[in-house]
Amino acid sequence: MSDFPWLSVLIALPLLGALLVGVLPRGREALVKQTALGVSVLVAVLTLVMAARFDSGGARFQFEEKYWWIKQFGVHWAVGVDGVALVLVVLSVILVPLVMLASWSEADRSGGVDVPPKRSVKTYFALLLALEAAMIGVFVATDVFLFYVFFEAMLIPVYFIIGSYGGLQRSYAAVKFLLYSLLGGLVMLVAVIWLYPLSAKSAADGGLGHGTFLFSELSKMNIDPTTAKWLFLGFFLAFAIKAPMVPVHTWLPDAAQQSPAGALVLIVGVLDKVGTYGMLRFCLELFPGAAKWATPVVLGLAVLSIIYGAVLAIGQVDLKRLIAYTSVSHFGFIVLGIFAMTSQGQSGATLYMVNHGFSTGALFLIVGFMIVRRRSARIGDFGGVQKVAPVLAGTFLVAGLSGLSLPGLSPFVSEFLVFTGTFSRYRVPAVIATIGIVLAAVYILWMYQRTMGGPSTEKVQGMTDLSAREKWALAPIIAIIVAMGVFPQPVLNVINPSVKQTLVRVDRHDPAPKITGNVAENGARP
Amino acid sequence: MSASNQVSAVLAQGGAIPAPHIEYGQIAPMLLVFGVAIAGVVVEAFVGRTWRYTVQVPLAFLGLAGAFVWTIVLGWRDKPFHVAAEGALGVDGPTLFLQGTILVLALISLLLIAERGSSGQGGVGGGHFTAQAAALPGTEAEQETMAAGITQTEVFPLLMFAVGGMVMFPASNDLLTMFVALEVLSLPLYLLCGLARRRRLLSQEAAVKYFLLGAFSSAFFLYGTALLYGYAGSVRLSDIAAQLSRDAGSETLLLGGVALLSVGLLFKLGAVPFHMWKPDVYQGAPTPITALMASCTLVAAFGAMLRVFYVAFENMKWDWRPAMWGVAILTMVIGAVIAITQTDIKRMLAYSSIAHAGFLLTGVIATSADGLSGTLFYLAAYGFTTIGAFAVITMVRDAGGEAAHLSRWAGLGKRSPVVAGTFAFFLLAFAGIPLTSGFTGKFAVFKAAIEAGATPLVIIGVLSSAIAAFFYVRVIVVMFFSEPEADGPTVVVGLPTAAAVALGLTATVVLGVLPQPMLDLAGHAASQMFVR
Repeated sequence: MSDFPWLSVLIALPLLGALLVGVLPRGREALVKQTALGVSVLVAVLTLVMAARFDSGGARFQFEEKYWWIKQFGVHWAVGVDGVALVLVVLSVILVPLVMLASWSEADRSGGVDVPPKRSVKTYFALLLALEAAMIGVFVATDVFLFYVFFEAMLIPVYFIIGSYGGLQRSYAAVKFLLYSLLGGLVMLVAVIWLYPLSAKSAADGGLGHGTFLFSELSKMNIDPTTAKWLFLGFFLAFAIKAPMVPVHTWLPDAAQQSPAGALVLIVGVLDKVGTYGMLRFCLELFPGAAKWATPVVLGLAVLSIIYGAVLAIGQVDLKRLIAYTSVSHFGFIVLGIFAMTSQGQSGATLYMVNHGFSTGALFLIVGFMIVRRRSARIGDFGGVQKVAPVLAGTFLVAGLSGLSLPGLSPFVSEFLVFTGTFSRYRVPAVIATIGIVLAAVYILWMYQRTMGGPSTEKVQGMTDLSAREKWALAPIIAIIVAMGVFPQPVLNVINPSVKQTLVRVDRHDPAPKITGNVAENGARP
Repeated sequence: MSASNQVSAVLAQGGAIPAPHIEYGQIAPMLLVFGVAIAGVVVEAFVGRTWRYTVQVPLAFLGLAGAFVWTIVLGWRDKPFHVAAEGALGVDGPTLFLQGTILVLALISLLLIAERGSSGQGGVGGGHFTAQAAALPGTEAEQETMAAGITQTEVFPLLMFAVGGMVMFPASNDLLTMFVALEVLSLPLYLLCGLARRRRLLSQEAAVKYFLLGAFSSAFFLYGTALLYGYAGSVRLSDIAAQLSRDAGSETLLLGGVALLSVGLLFKLGAVPFHMWKPDVYQGAPTPITALMASCTLVAAFGAMLRVFYVAFENMKWDWRPAMWGVAILTMVIGAVIAITQTDIKRMLAYSSIAHAGFLLTGVIATSADGLSGTLFYLAAYGFTTIGAFAVITMVRDAGGEAAHLSRWAGLGKRSPVVAGTFAFFLLAFAGIPLTSGFTGKFAVFKAAIEAGATPLVIIGVLSSAIAAFFYVRVIVVMFFSEPEADGPTVVVGLPTAAAVALGLTATVVLGVLPQPMLDLAGHAASQMFVR
């Protein structure tokens, strides 16, 4: 079984599932949903089996496959996972079936605020499966060209999901989403193409002597500093839009408000992680010098995202927009951890990506359930829900508390690691970023108070509690949040070796712990 | 010794003028296409009206298919790299690739042109073309021809003449032959543009505009040729190149000649600022002819452009490159920006075609084997996609013909998901989304341009792509995310049109997912560049 093409199968399976769902006869909606769910569960099981066989002490990239794809361009079908990619793939494949379960009736009933007419159920599930294939592909690609292909291919299903199944302003949001992402992607494309002639240069000029897009070879190149800076910017812009960071985050709130809640879990929970994953994998390892050069600005933007996202979140009146802005803030933390360039910071950032996927995923799912019941996403349309729907309110509280990083729940561990990792090298950003924690408490608790707390108003009379299906969709996520909050070590063991490699490549070592020394002197050590 | 003395000296020798040596086997594809065109004229004259259509379609089909097979054989048998017909025509890798592409694309266009059943209204068939072009629009004569159910068949010989010119255009190894090819391809196209069955005034206006501007640009081309003859003492491309490498002759004549010649060529491929005809003509012409122009004519024009600039003017690329940079940038940006405001779907695709001409120019500017092969691949990929897209447009019909206005396409995704999905796929290919042929093509030319040091050009190229993506996705929004109108257009699927769409779709997918064989072919064709 050792040379079983795990990753190719994992990409092909949901794609075939999407085709299968697409050709099922119209009107057999139950069959469509069961097939789609079956395929996604199968993918999840396979991934977990593969993850169990992952040897965290072994080679960095495992389950590698490499075939020529377009020889003329030097492009390989090259896939493989390291620890970082592995945990993100696991996150994706766990979320997809849960999202399907949670949005079981999203397509045939309206999930949005207004009631769009009945939509094709099978298209919705086929798109979700196609999206799953692209999400797995983007994390496991070890050829930069292949990564780009998945990076762009991912946009199309999301575009159709938002545009066809979203709320009243859905086409505006879908176009905005697509154009932002395409613009970033195209700028990255220039940088991607540029890599080819650079690698084709002779070894004496810092190239490899043959044009290639293989990550393993490109990361050995020494690109001259000026070129590297341009290339870094090309990649970084695409990832910053994707992540999204202030000031290129404006597509997210619109997309979030209009998107159906189920798909939103995947957009914010997984898709946006491609941005931060790309920074860690490509920006840092392909252009280590340029990454160090850009660090001060990136850290500044990260801190800005943390504060600005949190402040805007407090002011929102729409639940989905609010959570979208909290994510802008959280992505700031992730970027902070990545560019702190310490092992704790980067491990924490990677763990943060996973935890944020689950915690925000849970929040969006519950908000989705609330919207289905109330036909509104406005905070003002809720109040006193915990009296009429205690289980819903309870899970919302747990998910919310994980969003503000309560100790004992998983995001706490990652946020703590990011802070310690950042603080050991960059004290000022770390200190400013702590304001984000306080603001997080404000936006989460205030949201909870306004929607769930207080006397049960007549607005929420008749609101039913979670159904068995909805409970089953949430239970695994809540379980994971608690489990990883208490015992994160197994996941960290998988992540750490990969992060160490990244740090070796950028030639950064963890600063030795300092206890003495005055703060004024060490306050802003570069 | 003056020229007149030479002539009299030759005449004095009596009948000893040597006959030109023609390699018939080498140029057989061209001869076949022209032969079939002439046969088509004969058919028009001698075959009864009821039988003409039945004779013309297979004749044209066999002519194009035969020429295509012969082209393949020529490319297969040996590595062609020589001139034929006393040096008037070049037979080399890029030329054969371009000719093969033109012939295949013409075959698919022929499917659209031959479509006769679909526009039937009240039992009157007749396809996309007016029954009798000479009958003035809105007159009794027109009514009579309509009522008589006459089927237009002159289009087939006209098409064959046009394709013959297109096949000859990129093969021309001297400027006079090139000019003749240009006229042979243009004149039938002017006529074909005016033959639309619906909205005839618009169609005739398009024909007149195309004719006037085309004649104007031909004059530019010819003037440029004359100046270059003055510079090099020859119209042969290789002689001009040789004169350039000697650094002799009048620079004024050279620069003037290059500039005027470029105007003629850039006009044909619709580069800004010589693009004004494209939207009007693409909109007014019968849609199958638009498909033909958007694919085959573009390929032919780029073929000629490549040959002129890679063979004759390669040694002065430092002079023409900056100008070409400017043209490419203008073409990409203006094509993409103006397309945003269009509401007619054919007009929009016309501006999109302008923008794509700009992307293709980046490949020309690269002036390398990679640039050549990338351009060749892009041309083939774009040709298939664009024919497919126009074929879909012919399917979506209102009471008054094609539903050309964008708003009429609202909700098409719900009425006919397959047709709308196919069109959306073509649009995504135009936008250059990975896994479509559009992406592979763009990647190929942009890669060549970056390797040639034209990175700023590529950055402008991707930014224009982003702008262009906006109007492509806007059509998808209209089709999929808007509610259908109650009296929306119907989708009429004729078998030939469906076949054309299927071929376009297949090519767009295959060249996007598994482009290796085609890239190899283009790379192989370009490996030795053009013969001199």
